[in-house]
Amino acid sequence: MQVPLDNDLSRRYRERFGAGILDALEDRKQSILIVGAAQLLEIARYSLDEEKFDLLEDYTAVDWPRREKRFDLVAQLYSFTHNTRLRLKIPLGVEERPSTLATTWPAANWLEREIFDLFGIAFLGHPNLKRILLPDEWQGHPLRKDYDILQQDTAWVRENLDIESGQ
Amino acid sequence: MHENGAQKTDTLFGADELVINMGPQHPSTHGVLRVKLKLDGERVVGSECVIGYLHRGVEKIAENRTYQQFAPYVDRMDYVAAVSNGLGYCEAVEKLLVVEAPPRARVIRTILTELQRIASHLLWLGTHALDIGALTPLFYCMREREEVLKIFEKYCGARLTTHAFRIGGLQYDAYDNLEKDVERFCKDFESRIQQYSDLLTGNSIWIGRTRNVGLLNSADCIALGASGPVLRASGVKWDMRKAMPYAAYDQYKFEIPVGTRGDTYDRYMVCIEEMRQSRLICLQAIENIPTGPIMARVGKVLKPPAGEVYHAIEGPKGILGYYIVSDGSVQPYRVRIRPPSFINLQALDKMIRGHLVTDVVAIIGTLDIVLGEVDR
Repeated sequence: MQVPLDNDLSRRYRERFGAGILDALEDRKQSILIVGAAQLLEIARYSLDEEKFDLLEDYTAVDWPRREKRFDLVAQLYSFTHNTRLRLKIPLGVEERPSTLATTWPAANWLEREIFDLFGIAFLGHPNLKRILLPDEWQGHPLRKDYDILQQDTAWVRENLDIESGQ
Repeated sequence: MHENGAQKTDTLFGADELVINMGPQHPSTHGVLRVKLKLDGERVVGSECVIGYLHRGVEKIAENRTYQQFAPYVDRMDYVAAVSNGLGYCEAVEKLLVVEAPPRARVIRTILTELQRIASHLLWLGTHALDIGALTPLFYCMREREEVLKIFEKYCGARLTTHAFRIGGLQYDAYDNLEKDVERFCKDFESRIQQYSDLLTGNSIWIGRTRNVGLLNSADCIALGASGPVLRASGVKWDMRKAMPYAAYDQYKFEIPVGTRGDTYDRYMVCIEEMRQSRLICLQAIENIPTGPIMARVGKVLKPPAGEVYHAIEGPKGILGYYIVSDGSVQPYRVRIRPPSFINLQALDKMIRGHLVTDVVAIIGTLDIVLGEVDR
């Protein structure tokens, strides 16, 4: 249900960043901008300073293993002044390292740690990039589609819990 | 350097600092939360939260269940306010399906969600006061919470993990005496709120323990993504129920309480006032529950068209958001839950620095975190 988006907002972004904005869509009346990872930091700064998207409402990722650029980083922005939302989606290849958004929105600190933990996307310039939900020494990134629902890091479980993993 | 590429940056502890570990088993951390405190004498100069003890992989499970099968799981994240979680999820899937719940369902949902907000704030108030040392409010708050849970039990059979709503509307219509029960509860509730207020609001010990403790100004709140009572206590008059109304909130008149300083005392005042406003919403709603169906026309097999949606509600703890991606099949491709407690907890480090160790408990309590939601 995605249709192209062509309003003042998308035009301003396209004017400012040109090819950095890969696409502008609307899905179920919610605005989405697909942006390239190379200009992520500038686009974030612009969104905060000029477009007044002062709240990073959410930051997560989606795994599309059959795509060439496997991951989609999804940042949900909200502006208190305009009471509007905007979704930024950044396609990433599997080894690509995007810039951290923690310098723009401090809320991104733990959110990026969670993305690193569960997807394995490492952010450049993050002040404290380590796992947050899983143990520090865990191997594997569970929210990737090639990680089975019942899979565990059996070596970690054996060493730290003295039991064999099994369901 | 870990094998998976993580940087091990140990910037927190120097050689001559005292490090105290708080949790994960601790009566005042409201769940399994571990906080490493770096102390200079009795003052906290740094902290590090270690979470994940209650991580159950709910987002991964969602990819392996149908949309309806996943609904009971969301209750168990913020297990103190299950009805709100259910509302957010059902409304998000309804947005994905581009259906709307009928008016009667929306109003009943609003009533139950506001009752749940009251129950959640009551639990928060009782335990927060208990942590600080005021033992009495807990029993008073539990007495009222009992009444709300009785209403939930009569409605859907469960007190805590209610699974109260369904995608498209409601399964159970309002039981015969629902309006009477809610009215009776609300009639008594105003004097009860006054009782809690009398115990704490002017109490010099309470003021001494909470004034200027855990300050978080509005700019920091917004930058850190903090929402809910934390945001409102810092002076930002904003509530998702007014900004982007959902369910039946656009039909009712209610105020948004704000604080001035953003300290623990302000957050307490905001929550007390929010309970009053929730009570007003319930009273307005029961006057006029529309008749009609309680379920929209959705099939038994839900296959939303491919695409994605983000829907957020004002949960008792803050902005509770659901980002759901559908690939056209019966199971969601990705369900992301934006947990208010997780994002509010990030502010803990900023709020704790400079305070005494004794204030740590007050500050953790004031953030109103539920570890089920922090860890999912």
